[in-house]
Amino acid sequence: MNPKTDKKLTDDLLHPLLHTSMKFYLAVAFFGSIVLVGFATWAYQIVTGIGVAGINSRVFWGFYLVNFVFWIGISHAGTLISAILRLCNATWRRPVTRCAEAITAFALIIGGMFPLIHLGRVWLFFWLIPYPSERGLWPNFRSPLVWDFFAISTYLLSSLLFLVLPMIPDFALLRDKTTGMRSKIYGFLSMGWQGTPKQWHRLETAMHIMAIAIIPIAISVHTVVSFDFSMAVVPGWHSTIFGPYFVTGAIFSGIAALIIAMAIIRRLLHLEEYLKPIHFHNLGKLLATMSLLWIYFLFNERLTVWYGNESHEQGLFWSIQTGEYSPFFWTMVVVNFVIPMVFLGIRRLRTITGTVIASIGIVIGMWLERFLIVIPSLSYKQLSYSWGSYTPQWPELTIMAATFAAMALLYIVFCKFIPIISIWELRVGTHPEMKAAESVAEAEAAGELV
Amino acid sequence: MKAIYALYLSPDSAQRAVDALHAAGYAKHEVAIVSSEPLEEYEFGQRDRETWMSGIAVAGGATGLIGAYLLTSMTQLSWPLNTGGMPIVSLYANMVPLFEMTMLGAVLATVATLVVTARLGRKGIEIYDKEVSDGKILIGVRNPPDDTISDLELAFGKAGPGVVKKIP
Repeated sequence: MNPKTDKKLTDDLLHPLLHTSMKFYLAVAFFGSIVLVGFATWAYQIVTGIGVAGINSRVFWGFYLVNFVFWIGISHAGTLISAILRLCNATWRRPVTRCAEAITAFALIIGGMFPLIHLGRVWLFFWLIPYPSERGLWPNFRSPLVWDFFAISTYLLSSLLFLVLPMIPDFALLRDKTTGMRSKIYGFLSMGWQGTPKQWHRLETAMHIMAIAIIPIAISVHTVVSFDFSMAVVPGWHSTIFGPYFVTGAIFSGIAALIIAMAIIRRLLHLEEYLKPIHFHNLGKLLATMSLLWIYFLFNERLTVWYGNESHEQGLFWSIQTGEYSPFFWTMVVVNFVIPMVFLGIRRLRTITGTVIASIGIVIGMWLERFLIVIPSLSYKQLSYSWGSYTPQWPELTIMAATFAAMALLYIVFCKFIPIISIWELRVGTHPEMKAAESVAEAEAAGELV
Repeated sequence: MKAIYALYLSPDSAQRAVDALHAAGYAKHEVAIVSSEPLEEYEFGQRDRETWMSGIAVAGGATGLIGAYLLTSMTQLSWPLNTGGMPIVSLYANMVPLFEMTMLGAVLATVATLVVTARLGRKGIEIYDKEVSDGKILIGVRNPPDDTISDLELAFGKAGPGVVKKIP
């Protein structure tokens, strides 16, 4: 332990919490107003009826469900990545984990709202909750929608706990570093944390067990979301590959979202010393791997449908390949595979800027993928009389924009009240043997970059 | 006197202080150690490692599994709803709720064990100093007999550069 390093580290990471600039208020006002417009639009939809959205009797799932799948996918950024890196004891993970876990919690909250928005009559949301009731509507545990409830609730609760537990020592530090009401609030949140060896061991054991538990939970969540589609005998949906395909896509988009978030907070909170090029470099390599895995699954999925030559699948297949949806499809291939391969595959380009450019493309590409899964399949069902079309309406577009603003708002507020980088975990990283391991990793990465 | 403690910047000094206290006859449970980070590379950081947390997590998972099985099967038997020709109690379809509840049981049991065994949520902090948050390590003794205070101060001083404080 070096007291100077410790002090600098603590001061740097607490600075955004203890000093508030005008930029913070402006950002909160800007994103907050978009979120308010989103809520007002939702209220308008509730009062007027779900007919204001573009969904119809043929294409009954639209942007709301596209965004639901998209945000649940983004949520795979954090807890899963963090758990894997924690179990692998990757020394470079320390500054990354909390940034990632926060994305998971917020993306799940946002994603979880879309089924409620899609319901229309949101006051009946409790019908989704599976419990034996006396209203004659007993839960059907064979329904993938009920599975969704179990999977998302479990993942949300586990992710929140996984995010909050390692915050307890940091709350204790904030309790000591602040005064007045803030100190009292942090004191309450720290739950009387002292830092005895017993407490440290229990916390680390709990985090280890939770990391083991949360990986299958995270994988199950997106598999269950894929079951919403693959359990239905609808062209393009009824596929055995959907589970791993969805999980791969979720991790892919999740890492991309994490890289974008890290780049923004690095710049805005002046955390250049902590979120280093090596973090972007390593996550970039992971992203490149996921890009290859994604194109592999996409090829499998497309080839099987094309080779099968089923008449009811062909209308859907060609509408995506060369028809009305082809601009979206080919854009998706370019931004999810071609651009990432250039920026992440070539060592010289795998810089912070390079990984961020690739990540922005991937987030757009993965949203398009969700769109191409949901909409065309409902537009081209087995019998041509049931074919339909879908055009999103302004409430759907407004609510979608509001959710992106909500993500930014939640992240900004989170960074204001909680250190975005775990201080105690970073302190452990300054221990001589940890430092040595990290230096070797950095040297290796630097060698690769040359 | 409620307690006497020393604050060290170096973990090596803290380790020497702990060793000196043991040599003076203080048992492990009588020596308080507080740090702002885990220091597992030192003997004093290795204390109280033994825990049943993993076993309790497994038990929590088993409880979740049994609870989910009872919830799904009893509900399905109470209201026999035919869905797509599946059996009324269809284990394949119930597998997802069963899995999720198992994992949820394990996670909740782990967190509950952490809260109870790490004594989180207790009111009041026994021996603590805000300087721990600056990276210092607290080594102390609770309720020391008055005639041992000077010996303790000497032992703390010999261990290395640190500040000795008392809680009257």
